[in-house]
Amino acid sequence: MKVLIMGCERVGARLAGLLDIEGHDVTILDTDAYSFRRLPSDFNGTALVGNGIDEEALKKAGIEKADVFVALTQGDNRNIMAAQIAKHIFNVPRVVCRTYDPLRQELYTSLGIEAFSPTTIFAQMLKERIEK
Amino acid sequence: MYIIIIGGGKVGYYLAKALLNEGHEILVVEKDADRSEFICNELGSVCTRGDGCEVATLAEVGTGRADMLIAVTGDDEDNLVACQVAKHKFNVPRTIARTSNPKNETIFKKLGIDVTVSSTNIILEYIEKEVPTHPLTHLLNIRDKDLEIVEVKIPPESPTVGKRIKELPLPKGSVLSLIIRSQHKPIVPNANTILQAGDQIIAATTPESEDALRTAVTGF
Repeated sequence: MKVLIMGCERVGARLAGLLDIEGHDVTILDTDAYSFRRLPSDFNGTALVGNGIDEEALKKAGIEKADVFVALTQGDNRNIMAAQIAKHIFNVPRVVCRTYDPLRQELYTSLGIEAFSPTTIFAQMLKERIEK
Repeated sequence: MYIIIIGGGKVGYYLAKALLNEGHEILVVEKDADRSEFICNELGSVCTRGDGCEVATLAEVGTGRADMLIAVTGDDEDNLVACQVAKHKFNVPRTIARTSNPKNETIFKKLGIDVTVSSTNIILEYIEKEVPTHPLTHLLNIRDKDLEIVEVKIPPESPTVGKRIKELPLPKGSVLSLIIRSQHKPIVPNANTILQAGDQIIAATTPESEDALRTAVTGF
């Protein structure tokens, strides 16, 4: 599978590493080259400097051939915009997007974007652990 | 009309001021506390501190009864999300977004924003008009038809001077609608009209064939 990840923060870098080990073709995009230090030292994928809400940068990163696009920057709106560009402009078959804000996650899920809110998931998980 | 403005920077502030003068009900949503206070002090209590992309904030300011939402923050992605939340969550009839990156104009249109204003493009267009050597000037965009009205000047050294319009390799979808000649009345060109140096041609074209039109008419 060809996977394009936007945002090389902790989660992005870790996901890239995991998918790379499984043998997937991974490209990771970040506006800051310094973020790539988080990638595992044996990472075989491609790390590119570029802004994921810019059509040209996405094209350079090979979005036209990507099977999956994952938006994992720190900005909810940036993730949402990139996810919509991937889905509606480049027709990427599977688009996943992180939004910290649970209300925005609900809204964009209803608009057909596969959005996850770490806030909701983590709070729920903690609650279950505490009540156990 | 009740109009909500997202972003209280320079654009948001002056927009609010102008719309208030026209007698509209205005509310500005601004993230920064100091800036928000400044706007309230200057314009009266028309500014709320908050994140205009958040559903909760927009619910609080009564977005459900707004006639229009205008997002003019400096970040394109924030403007997009504010407009989409207003549209899909609160059914605001008209949303307008500002974009800094001119490329986002088409993207926003595809993603359902009613009107997109690219501040960068507008500045470029105005500067183009002031640069006399620039052969093609944008006069008007007809947004919903994907057409634009442009002006092309024929320089004296142009190889097309003396040619008939039917000899020009005009791109598909481009129409020469008017020729303005110095000292003369404007003329409606036909296939046999001969181009002269200094002609100002008003034409309708699509953004894609703009360059082809310029080359066809000026010869370079």
